[in-house]
Amino acid sequence: MINRPGTPVELRDVVKEYSGNRALDGVQLTVKAGEFVALLGPSGCGKTTALRSLAGLEQITSGSILIDGEDVVGTPANRRDIGMVFQSYSLFPHLSVLENVEFGLRMRKVQAAQRRARAEESLALVELDHLGSRYAHQLSGGQQQRVALARALVTRPRVLLLDEPLSALDAKVRLQLREEIKRIQTDLGITTLFVTHDQEEALAVADRVAVMRSGRIEQIGTPEELYLSPSSPFVADFVGLSNRMPGEASEGFVTVHGQALPLLNRDQPQGSVLAYVRPEDITISDAGIAATVVSSSFLGSLRRTVVQLRDGTLVSVQHDVNQRPLAGSPVYLSFDGRPVTVGPRG
Amino acid sequence: MSRRLHRVGAAPSRTTRIMIFVVIGAIFAVPIIAMVEFTLRAGLDGGYSLGHWAAILDPENERKYRALFVGVANSLVLAVVTVSIVVFLLVPTMILVALRFPRLQRVLEFVCIIPITVPAIVLVVGLAPVYAVVVQVFGSSTWTLAFAYGVTVLPYAYRAVQSSLGAVDVVTLSEAARSLGAGWGTVLVRVIVPNVRRGILAASFISVAVVLGEFTIASLLNRQNLQTALVQVSKSDPYVAVIFALLALVFAFALLFIIGRAGVARSIRRAP
Repeated sequence: MINRPGTPVELRDVVKEYSGNRALDGVQLTVKAGEFVALLGPSGCGKTTALRSLAGLEQITSGSILIDGEDVVGTPANRRDIGMVFQSYSLFPHLSVLENVEFGLRMRKVQAAQRRARAEESLALVELDHLGSRYAHQLSGGQQQRVALARALVTRPRVLLLDEPLSALDAKVRLQLREEIKRIQTDLGITTLFVTHDQEEALAVADRVAVMRSGRIEQIGTPEELYLSPSSPFVADFVGLSNRMPGEASEGFVTVHGQALPLLNRDQPQGSVLAYVRPEDITISDAGIAATVVSSSFLGSLRRTVVQLRDGTLVSVQHDVNQRPLAGSPVYLSFDGRPVTVGPRG
Repeated sequence: MSRRLHRVGAAPSRTTRIMIFVVIGAIFAVPIIAMVEFTLRAGLDGGYSLGHWAAILDPENERKYRALFVGVANSLVLAVVTVSIVVFLLVPTMILVALRFPRLQRVLEFVCIIPITVPAIVLVVGLAPVYAVVVQVFGSSTWTLAFAYGVTVLPYAYRAVQSSLGAVDVVTLSEAARSLGAGWGTVLVRVIVPNVRRGILAASFISVAVVLGEFTIASLLNRQNLQTALVQVSKSDPYVAVIFALLALVFAFALLFIIGRAGVARSIRRAP
């Protein structure tokens, strides 16, 4: 299945108000042609509203939405030429799998023979071409979402929108389907927006991730940028794990338990702050900050140990599996010295 | 899915089930058998014949039974108009509320259930002045009774449609269809109606059954339908009145049977 070259998408100052509440508060987002962007954030941050506004399922209060440079705010959902996969199972229960996939083509008045051929091709893409005659209730959750993906892609839409398509599935299927979505997206080169509250999922599949908070995009960047240089404490906290440790910031450094760490952003607050330190940036060593081991868990390729400092702060440390600290034993911590983000205390 | 899977631990044993079936069956069957027996009686001397049944079709009796045939025709017209009200007014309203105004669902339910709490006689008292206006606008034809019947069947029709509508996620299905290029009309006809088809069918047949059995409103508003005609004819020829009552019963039974089969047929077609 060959797709047309991807289409750029842009959200400009998009505001959406629900009875006085701002679900979207001036969202700015540019998605390049063929790019895979994830909208990540806690529930209620506006990520789904942003996606639904782009799909035309919500009317925005102000701002503009451009698909391929054309403002689509006044265009109804059925004329926006987008494909969408929903969080809840959305296959039409009265139609077979093949008829479900054909639906969009039927709406576009594609001839029966061509319709069938394209639907079968699309089902083959998600490796379900052998289940065309089944009905939705005869499929597993993962299969239903794959059919939904085939159905959304069969019309070769300009943009693919995925609204938490994996959240109803169990862990193993979720991981498989996530890889499959990534593979198909790369093969087809279709511009894709993926809404999720799972940061691991977002980092794994997306070219760029937009972290949302209270109806705004807090930071947008590649997974590496977000992880290594979060622009705010919120992003540092939401993307990956961070230890919040009290410190004193001044002149580009923050002093935590007597050790000075460089600041990621020199404009960040000075004085008494909380430093956000990644578990892998801390080492268990022979000297440094005294602590007591609380617990240690084996995570396959690494081990994560929680220790308690003298002042009662709990700190999570990530280290090699061969190091096996025993609960209750005294240890010392040292920082690797990577730049950190700081935020106001309290 | 095998039938066995549906049985839970507390399911009655085979004997209990047969006993329940026999007792309930007898309660229904005895009056019906009595009615059949009555229509077959040949006069007061004993003996049976098909004479009363044959008499209905005898052209000589046409004048005598005209009221009944008019009543049947009127009731069938009323049934059609009432079903139209259900299908073209109630069903779209319910779908619209489910899709666009979910907060009104409770209000709609309340409004639709009210008629079951109002006795027909009370309803007529309220309807009398309303019908004074209806007569001015639509004339005094019997079919106008369907407006009142549209109200009396609301509770049954609402429940039947709602049970189907509540079983599917109409909002997501319609959004999925819209994102695939379907306009609102297509969403309604191709996506929602096929999924609530059984509910609409059930609502229609129950409405027909209610309309065929309605007496109070028609009688008090001086309209002739099947039931008023039955009462009228039974005064001069009780045999024919019972025959028609039996036929109406069989018709209603057939309708309800079809509702049941429609559901079963669908699940068989769906089986792997």
